[in-house]
Amino acid sequence: MQAQGQVSTSIVSNGRGPIWGQVQTPMVLVIMLGLIALISSYFGGSAQTVTEMMIRVVLVVGLYVFVGNSGILSFGHISFMSIGAYAFVWLSCCTLPMLKPMNLRGLPEFLQHIALPSPIGLLGAAVLAGAVAIVVGAILMRLSGTAASIATFAFLAGQYAFYMNWSGVTGGTALLANLPVFVGPAVGTGLAALAILIAWLHQESRFGFMLRAARDDQTAAKGSGVNVWFVRTVAFSLSGLIVGVGGAMHAGFLGIVTVDAFYLPLTFLTLAMLIVGGSRSLSGAVIGVVALTAVTEILRQFESGIPVGNSVLSLPAGLQEVGLGLAIILVMMFRPAGIMGGHELTFGSIWPKR
Amino acid sequence: MRLINFAHGEFVTVSAYALIVPTADVTAKLFIGGWSWPLLILAILAFGMAIALLSNLLVFRRLRNAAPQNLMVVSFALGYIIQNLLMMVYGARPKAIGLWSSLTQATELGGIRIPLLQPVTIGVTLLLLLAILFFMRKTSFGIQMRAAAEDFRMARYLGVRADFVIALSFALSGLLAGVVALLYVVQTGLLAPTMGVNIVTFAFIATVIGGMGSLPGAVLGGLLVGIATSLLQAYLPDSIRAFRDAFVFLFVILLLLVRPSGIIRLKQFEERV
Repeated sequence: MQAQGQVSTSIVSNGRGPIWGQVQTPMVLVIMLGLIALISSYFGGSAQTVTEMMIRVVLVVGLYVFVGNSGILSFGHISFMSIGAYAFVWLSCCTLPMLKPMNLRGLPEFLQHIALPSPIGLLGAAVLAGAVAIVVGAILMRLSGTAASIATFAFLAGQYAFYMNWSGVTGGTALLANLPVFVGPAVGTGLAALAILIAWLHQESRFGFMLRAARDDQTAAKGSGVNVWFVRTVAFSLSGLIVGVGGAMHAGFLGIVTVDAFYLPLTFLTLAMLIVGGSRSLSGAVIGVVALTAVTEILRQFESGIPVGNSVLSLPAGLQEVGLGLAIILVMMFRPAGIMGGHELTFGSIWPKR
Repeated sequence: MRLINFAHGEFVTVSAYALIVPTADVTAKLFIGGWSWPLLILAILAFGMAIALLSNLLVFRRLRNAAPQNLMVVSFALGYIIQNLLMMVYGARPKAIGLWSSLTQATELGGIRIPLLQPVTIGVTLLLLLAILFFMRKTSFGIQMRAAAEDFRMARYLGVRADFVIALSFALSGLLAGVVALLYVVQTGLLAPTMGVNIVTFAFIATVIGGMGSLPGAVLGGLLVGIATSLLQAYLPDSIRAFRDAFVFLFVILLLLVRPSGIIRLKQFEERV
């Protein structure tokens, strides 16, 4: 890979002392997301699109905490999204109290009749997804390289098959509706900012540094006294927790949830966003989401028809997906290390001082 | 090339869809599927090969030096494109197709009644395995391919043409995709744009636990996953039988923990220091 020999660029500040150099990144990213939200709402853009984008920022940033820093590709993170979303359902469903005992007969008695406020549901999602991630991570992180990636894939498939058939508790193949809707553009942006902050704190902590050391040279890192298993497990748990929150946000945004939504297509979409943006920097994760969302959105506009003079130019349906795929392939051909190529955004990179 | 080709499932799907006339109608009209059988088999196999070669030419050839995870993302994106193009042309709904229905009728074979298709499938699989084994071990193309898999740069120094070998392996995988498409369509009698994904999930896992890059490993892995699935189906208590697939994947994780590089280890796939 192109960025193989690169030192994480966040250490290299632009002349104003290391702290300033590091703090800039989350600030730039959060300001950027905030501006996108504000501008789109000012011009009457769709609040749905913005919220959806913020949820994906949470997911991809969560994914980045593990994949970006450890260099191990994980196919299993959407499982934590699923776990988070259903934890939210168990705690905070439903707007109509009689629905839960009816649809989810297998739930324990104390969960049957409660409908806690959404923030508690969100917290519950974080706790459950985080807890599962600690256990799963502790087991899977004994592996490394391809074997670890495949094991996360098996975990995803296993968790999916399990939730699909655990009908009494998850509703199985059925769709659960009437969840409290609490995630809009504002809440979405706030939580996305929080996720970015947490990811950045982890990245700059000793765990982050040791993890990246193990990514770049596992043997040398071990030789320097890094407990590779431990730092990987820490990152895996943290990233599972963040993705779990993303799952609860997803449920609390759509108001409906199905097991089927959390499987391969979403796994690949989020991974593609991370890798297209550049999996080796936090900025890459965020930029990847923004870029691919923009592509999808533009193509969606074309699909629904753009007035050109007197006629309406509309492209065939399905183009959105095809275009997205093409965009991913093109970025991979011309920028193999992703759009950001392992660099972090700073104020300096937006207004270069020359 | 060490490519985990997630688009392989779509190669299968495309080959299967080539059997019918391209329309979005609900009922399927046979196109290639209406031809006489030797011609049909040849056409579908050629089609599978053509698709694989085309994707190599347009996409993978340009990414020869990319990192494995980039290749994986690209292959996924390619599969996604093919799948959606299929949906645009043929419509998203699954279609019923009756191809060689005589094969699915039950026949008496040594005292047990089974559909004729099952011995045919087993026979075809065995035959193909032997053919591939022969190709890989005895022909010069096969030996070049194995050399390239072992040490690509060294193989090139020794006069193996890189483009040719990679194109050849794509052609081979496309050919096999065509075979799978035929067997699968005859068995299920259904066409769906997403049918390739399920096939590949299991194939992928089987290859990995068997040992990547090893043909006997892939066979062993496939058998193991199949046997585990059948045994669990038969012996799990009723109350948890629904979780069969979850147990299969649990088994896969356990196997990986014990033997991270698969059952049959190959030296060149071990992580080196």
